[in-house]
Amino acid sequence: MSVLELEGVSKHFGAIRALDDVSLSLQAGEVLGLMGDNGAGKSTLVKIIAGNFPPSHGEIRVDGRQVHFHRPLDARHSGIEVVYQDLALCDNLTAAANVYLGRELRKGVWPLRILDYNAMYRRSRELFAELKSETRPRDLVRQMSGGQRQAVAIARTRLSNARIVLMDEPTAAISVRQVAEVLQLIERLREQGIAVILVSHRMPDVFDVADRIAVMRRGRKVADKKIATSSPEEVTALITGAIETA
Amino acid sequence: MLLVKPDAMVERSHTRWSALLSSQVFWVVVATVVACVGLSLATTSFATSQNLFNVTRNFAFVAIVALGMMAVIITGGIDLSVGSTIGVSGIVLSVVMHAGYSIWAGVGMALLTSVAVGAVNGFFIAYLGMQPFVVTLGMLSIGRSLAMVISQNRTIFEFGPDGSTLLAIGGGSTFGIANPVLVLIVLALVFGFVFRWTRWGRYVYAIGGNEHAANLTGVPVRRIKCSVYAVAGLMCGVAAVLEVGWLGAVTTGLGTGDELRVIAGAVIGGANLMGGVGSAFGAVIGSALIEVIRNSLILLGVDSFWQGTFVGSFIIVAVLFNRLSGERRE
Repeated sequence: MSVLELEGVSKHFGAIRALDDVSLSLQAGEVLGLMGDNGAGKSTLVKIIAGNFPPSHGEIRVDGRQVHFHRPLDARHSGIEVVYQDLALCDNLTAAANVYLGRELRKGVWPLRILDYNAMYRRSRELFAELKSETRPRDLVRQMSGGQRQAVAIARTRLSNARIVLMDEPTAAISVRQVAEVLQLIERLREQGIAVILVSHRMPDVFDVADRIAVMRRGRKVADKKIATSSPEEVTALITGAIETA
Repeated sequence: MLLVKPDAMVERSHTRWSALLSSQVFWVVVATVVACVGLSLATTSFATSQNLFNVTRNFAFVAIVALGMMAVIITGGIDLSVGSTIGVSGIVLSVVMHAGYSIWAGVGMALLTSVAVGAVNGFFIAYLGMQPFVVTLGMLSIGRSLAMVISQNRTIFEFGPDGSTLLAIGGGSTFGIANPVLVLIVLALVFGFVFRWTRWGRYVYAIGGNEHAANLTGVPVRRIKCSVYAVAGLMCGVAAVLEVGWLGAVTTGLGTGDELRVIAGAVIGGANLMGGVGSAFGAVIGSALIEVIRNSLILLGVDSFWQGTFVGSFIIVAVLFNRLSGERRE
């Protein structure tokens, strides 16, 4: 069964059709590359799945049950986690503080409930180890490399045992070596049976790591096929509109 | 494993040492200690118990408010209305007690007033998305005006049946330490604890570090921002009660210009106006340094007109230091 299904999803902003009748499904442990030019509707699609705003029409199902997201927290409660393009990290806090931001562990009894630093450090260390990252829980995010920051943002998605992870341009602004690190992190997520939607501009990254590829153009999904049956040339043609659909 | 460990330890203590040297609070402590030692040697009047009693009491009022201001600045905000908030809650305290009500009623109303003023600031800033500078600048004017309206611009020096208790709280001392200083110590410990050990404290830093990120990760940004201004208001109320008790008389000018001293104290104590950085101890030591400078100028016989120049220079040096150490980190 699909962990995530979109059926006939559309989104209008006034007269603008940002998304037009998009259907999509995602299996556990599958990495879907979502590609398209600027303004093709990728971000709108991601934002709808992430609960930033509701679709104008259409249905979203998680594990076969229909869901209505009014805010990002609703999506999180349904097991959907987002790694934002800017990673949404607080530079002035430690790695562990960022992993647990918004869901800090506390101990003690009310009204003296204090932050459980040890438990958060311990669990963060485990998560970083699972991701085979060298990130240290006590380091300030300000002092970290791009790859380590990605690990923090991804470790955050592992806290809640999310089954669907959306990644918005994770490899856009980092060095080549760090890109390899991030692709490995995505592999780790797949190994654990998590469905990943990878939004990216970078063809090689998508062909490296994705199982399936979906291409958006002008708010419509123009292709959805196995990586093995496609090629970078075909995808480029789909993105630019040289081929209508595939 | 055993071979690796000592290296890691060395590295950690090394970074701790360099973190200490690049921390503004550390250098402010050094400056304060140097100033105190220097003054003790240069004058016979500094290291007397009476002078130290006065110095600590004088900065306690500013430092108490600076604790609240610190929380505001850590979220990336600013509160220009603290002086007026002190004014209006001091007036409410006096008017209520002057009318013959008990000290409980007076203090209760004063604190309620100050929290209300802060909460109104917070509402406009957090829920209506207005700039803190503008909202609290407006409140600076409103608070001062309300203080005049409520008191009919009179000076109040009779505080009804509980008047002597009020004067004892603000003007008295316990174990040889002025009461406002004891209140400051307790509040500084509370703030230090809250900043480090509670979720509220964590969120205050997170909002200052990256408000957008805090919002996306489910931090109740608006509620926390609103509460920070209410807390800053409350600290104004506490300071007002103590200050009225110490002065023994209230004019509508109470707290005028305090916003500058308070913000100066917080900034010298390591607060970064961009948000995300600051500590309770910094608020206290920053306020202390200003008072020590002021006191030293008086004791050394420097014309008091120069005070503003010295305090202002320290603010600029503190921000410059902040900027330079920030650059080194990048």
